[in-house]
Amino acid sequence: MSALLLLVPLALAMGAVGLGAFLWSLRSGQFDDPDGAAERIFSDADDKPINR
Amino acid sequence: MSCCAPVDLSSVPTATGPAAEELALSSRDLGNGLRQTILAVPDMRCGACLSTLENVLRDLPDVEMARANLTTKRVTVNWRAATGEAPDLAGVIASAGYTAHLPGEDLDREDRMMSFLLRALAVAGFCSMNIMGLSVSVWAGADPDTRAAFHLLSALLALPAVLYSGSIYYTSAWKALSHGKVNMDVPVSIGVLLSFCLSLYDTLAGAPHAYFEASTSLLFVLLVGRTLEHLMRRRARSASTALVGLMPSGAMVVAPDGSTDYLPLTMIAAGMRLRVAAGDRIPVDGIVRSGSSSLDRSFITGESRPQPADEGGKVHAGDLNLANPLTIEATATPDTSTVAELARLLEGVENGRDTYRSVADRAAQLYAPVVHSLSACALLFWWFQTGDLHLALTISISVLIITCPCALGLAVPMVQVVAARRLFEQGIVVKEGSALERLARIDTVVFDKTGTLTTGEPKLLNGEAISSQDMALAAAMASHSRHPLAKAIAAFANPSNSTAFPFTEVREHAGSGIEARLGDDRYALGRRGWATPATADGETDDARTVLGHSGKIIAAFVFGERLRAGAARTVRRLRGHGLDVHMLTGDTPVSAKAVAIRAGIDVFAAGVQPQDKVAYVQSLQSAGKTVLMVGDGINDAAALAAADASIAPASGSDIGRSSADVIMMRDSLEAVVQSLSVSKSAARLIRQNFALAVAYNIVSIPIALTGHATPLIAAIAMSASSLTVVLNALRLGMGEDRPSARERTGLAAMEPAE
Repeated sequence: MSALLLLVPLALAMGAVGLGAFLWSLRSGQFDDPDGAAERIFSDADDKPINR
Repeated sequence: MSCCAPVDLSSVPTATGPAAEELALSSRDLGNGLRQTILAVPDMRCGACLSTLENVLRDLPDVEMARANLTTKRVTVNWRAATGEAPDLAGVIASAGYTAHLPGEDLDREDRMMSFLLRALAVAGFCSMNIMGLSVSVWAGADPDTRAAFHLLSALLALPAVLYSGSIYYTSAWKALSHGKVNMDVPVSIGVLLSFCLSLYDTLAGAPHAYFEASTSLLFVLLVGRTLEHLMRRRARSASTALVGLMPSGAMVVAPDGSTDYLPLTMIAAGMRLRVAAGDRIPVDGIVRSGSSSLDRSFITGESRPQPADEGGKVHAGDLNLANPLTIEATATPDTSTVAELARLLEGVENGRDTYRSVADRAAQLYAPVVHSLSACALLFWWFQTGDLHLALTISISVLIITCPCALGLAVPMVQVVAARRLFEQGIVVKEGSALERLARIDTVVFDKTGTLTTGEPKLLNGEAISSQDMALAAAMASHSRHPLAKAIAAFANPSNSTAFPFTEVREHAGSGIEARLGDDRYALGRRGWATPATADGETDDARTVLGHSGKIIAAFVFGERLRAGAARTVRRLRGHGLDVHMLTGDTPVSAKAVAIRAGIDVFAAGVQPQDKVAYVQSLQSAGKTVLMVGDGINDAAALAAADASIAPASGSDIGRSSADVIMMRDSLEAVVQSLSVSKSAARLIRQNFALAVAYNIVSIPIALTGHATPLIAAIAMSASSLTVVLNALRLGMGEDRPSARERTGLAAMEPAE
């Protein structure tokens, strides 16, 4: 039981970090143009998505 | 203009896109003098296009930021209005070889919907996976204290999924209920909300079972289906890019004192004089007052041959001015113009059409009452039988959950997405899932002629009858022009001997022809009345283009239409499948008959107006036929909307593409056969999935009704049914009639035109 008190919150926190990271990347426009992102890897210019 | 190909800057001028004044009108103010313009660039196809566009735009002095989006085929440009005037964004894009339009419909709303779905899906996924993890340990036999703690934790985790992710279902269900209708979202909402409330009560009361994982994973699975559906529609839209940019939004008005002013279209009145530059569309119906040019009228009539426009001649809104600037006098206001009339016809047809009810909706109509009354019966039965309201409620809710329409919510969109994906590989874009259902029921196919059965490009018919000497001379002269007929002559001749003529002078007379001097001889290739005026009396339709030398005809050229690749084979295969094939055209009966015979079509109607096309389709429908319309032009748009299903080639007009359900990106008409056969197998798979769902319910409902459905059984049953329907849908992707390697690599599209 005492192990669960540590491990369950830990597991949930890790999941929440993943969820947060996904929501952040969605908000910052990283999923706006999946086709373009696949092509931009070949371009040398340093660029980032439009920030809203 | 295709990407990665040398840019052909000398081609016939076409509309280069919205003018700077138009851009300024449509831009968005970002504050601090910064303005944002979003342009649709449908020709953007690869990474090279992307960086070319961004670089040319960033090189403009006023542009702060330019970002191209390959998925939506749009460019976002932030520019500073230092001089109060928009930079020439469209011009710069055109100089790079692309065409820019102002985007028509507002995609923002759709994009917001997509990102809401993704967020809801992420939240539901996170919650349901964690709850499932906790539930597994409960099922594995946790002691009562741990079980109570885990149930409480599950309740906390379920809260965001039920409140946030589920909201899309509750609003849709509420909307249906308040209109007195029932859709699929009603049982979903009731099941999710009731099971959450009951589980919450059980958790607080310390009961052994809680159904949190059922309600959240139900939401998760259904959201996957809905997101897939939305993704498919978005992809199709970026390919079709419905544009309002068809018509200019303003016109250059010439005041009586000679000064010019750019006015929005709404302020144009009859009697005003307007200047139309070469490459622009005529904004309103009118009469030419000065200048002479040739017009591309394919927008309205579908007729691709350029028509001459001289002083006093009538012009129609939507005609494209090809050669020289014209000054016209408006005879109509924009909303009484030809285009506005066509738009009204289209609107009328769209409003009058029965909205097609998708299979899933019809199933919901049957399914919801059955499930709800079953669940209500279970509640009453167990309550009266045992007097235990809590037990009765548990059983009735477990009936709702175990019969959850996973199969319906997931299986139909899943099959449609797989089918759309497969068609996409073959260059066919399906705009919405229900189009596949409608295509599967087609028994009559109606083709438009110009631009659909034929490519719209002229083809030299009597090349063999002309002596090779004359042919070489004509081809050498024709190679100096970009006129479609000149191109057809040049294309016919062998290019190797075209250098043999040392012309001293070659001049092109717009709307008339080409004049060339060879030593002392003067040759004229072009309209008969211009090239050899003395012979113009008996001018017939057949030989309007001649090669003349000192007033005498050396050679006369007869042009016909080129059938689109695979046209005759497509018609043959359609008829082989037992479908009726018809042809409609606004052209003359003679040319209609010529094409119909070559394509193998018996039934055709010539000289039909746009409203006649609609009437033709509707009369077929009232005779009990299910009609597929294949057409491209704005004159077909209303008929495309009136038909049960419709296909437009990507080369067609924008309004044609936006009225059609399916767009074929390649030239070959085989796409019609392919989309019909894929839609048939998709319909078969959807029927199988419904059968699976019914079979699964027949097994599981008795278990739930007798009160044996524990959360574990419900979870297993639900995942099993979802998995089977998904796997069944994926079979479409690997059927034995998968396209061969030859077809997939596009070789099939390259076979010679018939």
